[in-house]
Amino acid sequence: MATTTLPGIELPKLSNDEISRYSRHLILPEVGMEGQQKLKAAKVLCVGTGGLGAPLALYLAAAGVGTIGLVDFDTVDASNLQRQIIHSTATVGKLKVDSAEIMLKALNPYLNVVKHNTMLTSANALEIFRDYDIIADGTDNFQTRYLVNDACVLTGKPNVYGSIFRFEGQASVFATKDAPCYRCLYPEPPPPGLVPSCAEGGVLGILPGLVGIIQATEVIKLILGIGESLAGRLLLVDALTMKFRTLKLHKNPDCPVCGTHPTVTALIDYDQFCGIQKPTSVGPLEVAQNKAVADVPVVDGIPQITVQELKRRFDAHEDVFVLDVREPHEVQIVNIGAPLIPLGQLANRIDELAPQKDREIVVHCKSGARSQKAAQLLKSAGFANVENLAGGILAWADKIDPTLPKY
Amino acid sequence: MNINIPTPLRAYTGGQQTVSIPGATVGEALEALTGAYPELRQHLYSGEGKLRSFVNLYLNDDDIRYLPQKEATPVEESDELSIIPSIAGGCCRRLQILLGMPNL
Repeated sequence: MATTTLPGIELPKLSNDEISRYSRHLILPEVGMEGQQKLKAAKVLCVGTGGLGAPLALYLAAAGVGTIGLVDFDTVDASNLQRQIIHSTATVGKLKVDSAEIMLKALNPYLNVVKHNTMLTSANALEIFRDYDIIADGTDNFQTRYLVNDACVLTGKPNVYGSIFRFEGQASVFATKDAPCYRCLYPEPPPPGLVPSCAEGGVLGILPGLVGIIQATEVIKLILGIGESLAGRLLLVDALTMKFRTLKLHKNPDCPVCGTHPTVTALIDYDQFCGIQKPTSVGPLEVAQNKAVADVPVVDGIPQITVQELKRRFDAHEDVFVLDVREPHEVQIVNIGAPLIPLGQLANRIDELAPQKDREIVVHCKSGARSQKAAQLLKSAGFANVENLAGGILAWADKIDPTLPKY
Repeated sequence: MNINIPTPLRAYTGGQQTVSIPGATVGEALEALTGAYPELRQHLYSGEGKLRSFVNLYLNDDDIRYLPQKEATPVEESDELSIIPSIAGGCCRRLQILLGMPNL
């Protein structure tokens, strides 16, 4: 058994089994015995166990990081498995923190996993962060990104950042001493109206893998104190062209959180900051929000009809014109035979619907959001009888025709 | 000069990743860009015509906010201007939640 004591800090010892396990690190002079012990002593919090958090936590576990905290409130869904490799077919339906723990402990039984089965909020973030050395942000929404950033600045912990959109990724290390924070780069989030719609929101499954592993690399470098971290730089990854670029970041002296005269000195309401409605309850948001649909017969002047009601009208041979406003590649996945005009083209192609102007029009998309926008557009263009199919084709597949696939 | 268009904004440039735009300064090139692709304007500028705070513009590797002449910085044909938007990462379900719509 080997021991190392740094001045003032006693690093944990490695067992003979651990020495065998980490031998490829131990023979690397930049890591060595002391570095491996630093890894064992380290406590890293992974916010989110999704596309980014999955490879991140797995590699940190494999590398011998002693304590990994996991924050997630979600459960594993089959559609996660295209990229969230910390979960598996066998754990579909389980809490993500439980599912992730199974995989992490199977990979490395010496690991201490701390599960936080909760949504990260302004009320709990500082308390949760307190026990960790480094925070790795693998979340998927702007509210949590600003929350993680501000909590990192306030607690003085580095924020190892990664984010993705379709084929593009970004990574950096924020909030280390003298380095810029996320707010220096992006003082404010985009308003919700400018956030890309779900039609544009797919993701190449391996891209979060690529970016999550870059985050893991930065975490390990920070723990070991080696190399040049991404602090003060923003890495841009384009998976299609496989081009990597780094841009210089500047610490903003007027930054409201980390500037010379900060105005944000405690965590704020990030839903409000991002202009987003508060979730109705803590827990799977989709459930809370889907439930609300049934309770709301009219949204912004557009009547919402259920899939059962649409089926009834079909069966009764009532005159109804159904319009699909999804994208052509979605129609290939599943459709109910309705004519297609994608939402983005509707304004320019509205004349095509002139013959239907006096008919009853039911607009549908995947789950009801885009079709609501389309219905509003049609209404403002003078179409009198426009309704939105609540729950979209997913609800149709759920409640009317279970032979249809869901995506 | 070439302007690199990020994925979220390519819907407004007919899918093009790179757009070749004339202009003697950063500001002139941006003006020409939003002239050629008017839908981009609301994504880059606020109602008051100020560059939006969630959009960063880089001339080669430098943030134009930190260049001494900012948008008046002269540019060469060989320079590259990149639009770097904030992205939150994730997939469809969460983006719908982000939109804050009750009817999903």
